[in-house]
Amino acid sequence: MKNKDLDKQSKYIRKVVLDMLAQAGRGHLASAFSITEILLVLYNHILKYRPNNPEWPNRDRFILSKGQGCLSYYAILAEKGFFPKEKLTSFCQAETFLGGHPEHAIPGVEISTGSLGHGLAVGIGMALAAKRDKKHHRVFVLIGDGESNEGSVWEAALYAAKHRLDNLIVLVDYNKMQSWGATKEIVDLEPFADKWLSFGFAVRETDGHDKRQIYSQLKRLPFKKNKPGLLICHTVKGKGIKMTENNPEWHHRRDLKGEIMQNLYQGLEDYR
Amino acid sequence: MRKMSLEMVYRLAKKDKRIYFIGSDLGYGTLSRFEKEMPERFLKEGVSEAYIIAMAAGLALEGKIVYINTIATFLTRRCFEQIVIDLALHKAKVRLIGSGGGLVYAPLGPTHLAIEDIAIMRAIPNMTVIACADAKEMEKMMPQTVDWPGPIYIRLAKGNDQIVSRGSFRIGKVYQYAQGKDVLLVTTGITLQLAMEARKKLERKKISVGILHVPTLKPLDKKTILKIFKSYRAIISIEEHSLTGGLGSSMAEIISEADFADRKFFRRLALPDEFPAGYGSQKEQLVKNNITAGDIVQTAVKLVK
Repeated sequence: MKNKDLDKQSKYIRKVVLDMLAQAGRGHLASAFSITEILLVLYNHILKYRPNNPEWPNRDRFILSKGQGCLSYYAILAEKGFFPKEKLTSFCQAETFLGGHPEHAIPGVEISTGSLGHGLAVGIGMALAAKRDKKHHRVFVLIGDGESNEGSVWEAALYAAKHRLDNLIVLVDYNKMQSWGATKEIVDLEPFADKWLSFGFAVRETDGHDKRQIYSQLKRLPFKKNKPGLLICHTVKGKGIKMTENNPEWHHRRDLKGEIMQNLYQGLEDYR
Repeated sequence: MRKMSLEMVYRLAKKDKRIYFIGSDLGYGTLSRFEKEMPERFLKEGVSEAYIIAMAAGLALEGKIVYINTIATFLTRRCFEQIVIDLALHKAKVRLIGSGGGLVYAPLGPTHLAIEDIAIMRAIPNMTVIACADAKEMEKMMPQTVDWPGPIYIRLAKGNDQIVSRGSFRIGKVYQYAQGKDVLLVTTGITLQLAMEARKKLERKKISVGILHVPTLKPLDKKTILKIFKSYRAIISIEEHSLTGGLGSSMAEIISEADFADRKFFRRLALPDEFPAGYGSQKEQLVKNNITAGDIVQTAVKLVK
């Protein structure tokens, strides 16, 4: 698998996402495409879970703190058997649990997210509970770079190290774009890795679309004993279709039908 | 009352390993016995309310029952979204113990005056809101918080408040402290004290006074309240809270939708919809804002005339 290529499964998940978008006519396409490979590695190789028993006490906890990336998440949860795939096309309909942000009512979803800056602190509580109860499951929290504008992210970051939570792994979807444009223009996060280091995290970086690289970073945890881990995933927002990549116009769309949808399907198929 | 409330957290935690306590930069030595005897479940955290609430939600979702204490304004205003989403939406068993409800921190000014805490907490689905009259009532209330579903906001008063409560206590119930014919005084928190004082004065004036104490502001026992309201012509609510959204507003909502056969006369004694001016003591602020036994008497006399 070459760095820049998308394999069959990565393309398939994106195709399922397009099917959901086509049904609803709207959604956060680019946010979902940015995290597809991170989620695939987690659900293919890293997380321990039981789709037929989502509340299994020894499961690893996963929190999609940047809830707007939910489309890829839904596609993968269905793929793994948490709920029937037929449910996916009910995305954003009046009578469904699959909304524009993930709800804890969905099998496999730990907490409802959508407002940014909540997941890390909730994850700290879960990781702390596991430590106190001497349990061995881990807590993974996926946050965004735009999300890292929130003060509550850094407030929580202060305490992850204090509690020596090496069972907590934060993944940052660092695509350098937020809703309004480039993170550099809105508020520059750099030196990003240094910030996390200074807050007491064991920090690593990876190409966020290279599944082998992501896996090799996560296969042995913790990064460092007694320290929370943080993996900066360098990603491309809208990855997988040329016209949606690094294009802030694709953060969220409400006009997804007809020719636009056809172009998206074509763009995904042609992607090299 | 704060002392009793925290003492109860300690006592309950001794019996129940699910109970955790989180303090947000509290005064030196607070609950040191808890810290010494159950350090694993005692979290000494900093001035980080948003983090604390969300983290507590994480603990609660893993089966813990979490009690948090700090100053009421910081515990309600600062982290409102964490309360709504992380606690209420997930029905997390987190108990928010807000120190200094109302005008308790009068000398410290508007940043510390929790005068809209009931209003904002009451607006949240799945939330329970409680304001006890005194330490005795607090002592009876606290054990029920352990297994009560969803989050709870507990409003604390000044401390050393006169003990006026009596009888049993259930969360969600209202209590009739006196029955009368002419006017009904509706109270929450420490205003029960004021109503009892006012009743004595009014009875001397041959005005027959009932008292209805509403320590649980949410969920509200509307059925019982409505039944009691029926037998009074005049109703006065008394609260150490803004006119907007508190006890008086709740009662107004009930009255306005009730279709009573007779006309009811209703008045609210509460803080005006403005930031209290000046400092002084809680008592001085209550006097300044016309929330005293004397003011209750005056209002009642005018209403029954």
